[in-house]
Amino acid sequence: MALLQATDINVTYRPSRGVNIWAVRDISLSLNAGEFVGLVGESGCGKSTLGYAITRMLQPPAHMESGSIDFDGTDIGELSGEELRRQRRNGFALVLQSGMNALNPVRTIGHHFLDIMRAHACDGEEVSAEAGEQRSRDLLTKVRLDPDVLSRYPHELSGGMRQRVSIALALSLEPRLIVFDEPTTALDVIVQHAVMQTIKDLQRDSGFTALLISHDLGLVIEATDRVMVMYAGKIVEDQPSAALLTGLHHPYTEALLACYADPRADVVELGGIPGSPPDLSVPQTGCSFAPRCSLAEAICTEVEPKLTPLGSGTAACHVRARLTTNEREMVSNAG
Amino acid sequence: MPDNSETVPPMVVDTITKQYRVRGKGRTTMMAVDGVSFTIAPGASVGLVGASGSGKSTIASMITGSIRPTSGSIMFGDLAVHQLNRRELRAYHSNVQMVFQDPYGALNPLHTAEYTISRPCQNFLGMTAEQAQTRVHELLEIVGLTPTEQFASKLPHQLSGGQRQRVVIARALACNPQLIVADEPVSMLDVSLRAGILRLLTQLRTDHGLSLLYITHDLLSARVVTDEILVLNEGKVVERGATKAVLQHPQDPYTVKLLDAVAAPSASAASSHDNPTDVQSNDVQSNDVQSNDVQSNDVQSNDVQSNDLQSNDVQSNDVQSNDEVPPVPVPNDTKVNS
Amino acid sequence: MIPATTSPAPSVADTPPTPPVRALAVPGPLRFLLRALATLWSNTKAQIGLVILGTMIVIAVFAPVLAPHSPDSTDFTPYRGPSGTNWFGTTGNGQDVFSQMLYGARVSLIVGLAAGLIATLVAVTIGLIAGYRPGFVDEVLSFITNLALLIPGLPLMIIIAAYVPSRSIWTIVFVVALTSWATGARVIRSQATSLRNREFVTSAVFSGERLGRVVFREILPNMTSLVAGSFFGAATAAVMAEASLEFLGLGNPTTVSWGTILYYAKQQNALLTGQWVLVLAPGLAIATLAVSFTLINFGVDALSNPRLREK
Repeated sequence: MALLQATDINVTYRPSRGVNIWAVRDISLSLNAGEFVGLVGESGCGKSTLGYAITRMLQPPAHMESGSIDFDGTDIGELSGEELRRQRRNGFALVLQSGMNALNPVRTIGHHFLDIMRAHACDGEEVSAEAGEQRSRDLLTKVRLDPDVLSRYPHELSGGMRQRVSIALALSLEPRLIVFDEPTTALDVIVQHAVMQTIKDLQRDSGFTALLISHDLGLVIEATDRVMVMYAGKIVEDQPSAALLTGLHHPYTEALLACYADPRADVVELGGIPGSPPDLSVPQTGCSFAPRCSLAEAICTEVEPKLTPLGSGTAACHVRARLTTNEREMVSNAG
Repeated sequence: MPDNSETVPPMVVDTITKQYRVRGKGRTTMMAVDGVSFTIAPGASVGLVGASGSGKSTIASMITGSIRPTSGSIMFGDLAVHQLNRRELRAYHSNVQMVFQDPYGALNPLHTAEYTISRPCQNFLGMTAEQAQTRVHELLEIVGLTPTEQFASKLPHQLSGGQRQRVVIARALACNPQLIVADEPVSMLDVSLRAGILRLLTQLRTDHGLSLLYITHDLLSARVVTDEILVLNEGKVVERGATKAVLQHPQDPYTVKLLDAVAAPSASAASSHDNPTDVQSNDVQSNDVQSNDVQSNDVQSNDVQSNDLQSNDVQSNDVQSNDEVPPVPVPNDTKVNS
Repeated sequence: MIPATTSPAPSVADTPPTPPVRALAVPGPLRFLLRALATLWSNTKAQIGLVILGTMIVIAVFAPVLAPHSPDSTDFTPYRGPSGTNWFGTTGNGQDVFSQMLYGARVSLIVGLAAGLIATLVAVTIGLIAGYRPGFVDEVLSFITNLALLIPGLPLMIIIAAYVPSRSIWTIVFVVALTSWATGARVIRSQATSLRNREFVTSAVFSGERLGRVVFREILPNMTSLVAGSFFGAATAAVMAEASLEFLGLGNPTTVSWGTILYYAKQQNALLTGQWVLVLAPGLAIATLAVSFTLINFGVDALSNPRLREK
């Protein structure tokens, strides 16, 4: 049973001046309980927008035009105000890219925790200072921070520590789903590694469902069970992480994989993808990736491909869809 | 395009240090750069790699003359870079140029590409407006922004990140420099765009005989662009050598750590390791307590743009005082927002 | 189905979608001004403000045509309430208040706009220099700015106005400008400081640009909204200050302005004589002009912060 089921989500940006941009186009996705899923894409593909949409964090000028979001049986797409706020306790949470900047500079970390716990306390529940502090200490230990951090102010902590605090704050609500929006992108490369490892361990130990949004395919493959690749507002591939390293995939996924290489190899070939992503203010016909795709055929510019089985997952590509059943089996055996 | 490889002098950096006085609970000093020496031979491509706070950007700023070293010398041929006054610096920039990290911040949002690229032509090459215009189109052609007429009149917000970076490179190339310092030129770009820019940089080297100083934390791009690298940790060089050799046979544990942090999808199947105690000590020990009010300046800055978080060591041109307080702190693990 | 847009937007790939920033081309100051006006017009509050200001400017310019009588002529019966010939009544000297109101708009507008302009020019000069050159220059200028901020404006104005021998509106303009540049300077200085560290400024220096060009062609254009906001703020303060000085009798009593109408109203006990129009009309006019500047400022804010434009 999927914990989160989003169906036919459409999100547009409607700025008061300028053109409308159709950022998320007819996306359906499901997240099962306990899964660690990655959502990968480059700038402007709509991945953050999607993450915000499913956690009901969209602000104008972004509007969810249509689609339903079902969270554990409840339709959260229509909720608002107090009802929506209640869903955040023991429901779903969002950890932001600049989560470290979301901390109030004139309050101690301990105050942040207490504030959240009290704001989301169940009716009649009293959170005493001692109980709150104890819980906060436990949470900080979970994210591998020294509990003494509670008495510090945000500016006294490094970026990595602040991001861990953000994660701990999200955990304080005991969410069943956490969406991480580029949680380590703004961090130093070595600390990125450490924080990602912490997230991975946390997810495994606590069992919450996690959606990791990132532009870094390597990071995502290493951390997650399943990866969704996004391009121009649509999901173009959905595979188990390990399966991405071998076999045939959506041409965009393959091109993206070719942009990574091991610097230690004897010969290093770095790929790139010529051209640029399409203008999302204009309606798309056919496959959005076709202009940049080396496998493109006539049908690709006319008919939009749907997600069809490929290997152990699905991909939206006309060319890949035509693989015979035999070829498909060969692919999944190899992967 | 004149090939000036015969006339490009070597850049010799000799034991430079940079010390900052830090206003904190005690009067302490911080060594951003601690005794670094290296040479950039004419036409060579040298990489400085390290994580945030390793001092690589400070070194870049010292080489371009924006900051003066506390001690040590930087000689570009016969020119003492570390002692140039403002007027001499201006002339120096006609030979040594910089490509910046942030494609969104390096271009004035109100100027067209043509204006931005034409300025060095008019200032350094003494061209008239018409001559500069021709040169602008030449340069746009070289960096691959064609049709050039279309791109010349574009404003930064009309260009993609990769296109902006090409404009930045065109501007750096405009005055026929002998050395280009590229400070993380592709870090803020999507991976699919990086190969194109890196290929451009390599091509410029071969076509124009430029020397290149390439600064990055990303070992993969360093491998592609540089012939030799220096690995920096907390202001000191911990390892150096031919790029391929260093990456295939790293000696220093810090280099190993950097290599591990580069998660290439092919390597991830073999990865995992990550001993939890290692991870914890890593984080807690990395100077995490920053009680300096130098850091708080950063949080309060008026700048709307979030890039200010690490506007880093490319600071004002004030070359007089040697003991400036660094404008932005160096929390060891915060890098520029992408 | 998402409706198609009318024309394809310029490629803004690689970035999360944002409303396109209004491009202000630096060459052609007139074109620049017109585009700025057009942008302001799109904001409702600014629209209202611009309409009010525009109306007042028209009134001021065409006062000779619009006014039924000369403001100085003392032909009328004094202390009369509103009537057919004198829509707003007459003053104690027998002057037509309505005509005075129309001509008075000139003074208030000139003083408001001129003092605002001068104050802003001083603020920009000092703020830019202090912001761009850290060190001794900055210290000195900041000290002077802080000093100017500390001294209470109105008392200082009163003292200066009382001692300056000539009594003309230009004295008032000078006095008001002198006391209201500091706030703008402070703000402009801090914005200049943060802009100076931006990479495009460093890049300009690397391109060989000299100080003047860096400050006026790189930094200043990126601060237009701030300067505009500062200007309208100063103009508001100037209008109020001018009225205050006139009211206190520190202006030239023979000038016709909204402030002097109030002055005479006080002298001639207008409220006792039941001539509330003498107080209400100028008061309301001054307030309305000040409000129009403030409304325009809302639009200027939206110019500089695109997020404020969204509903």
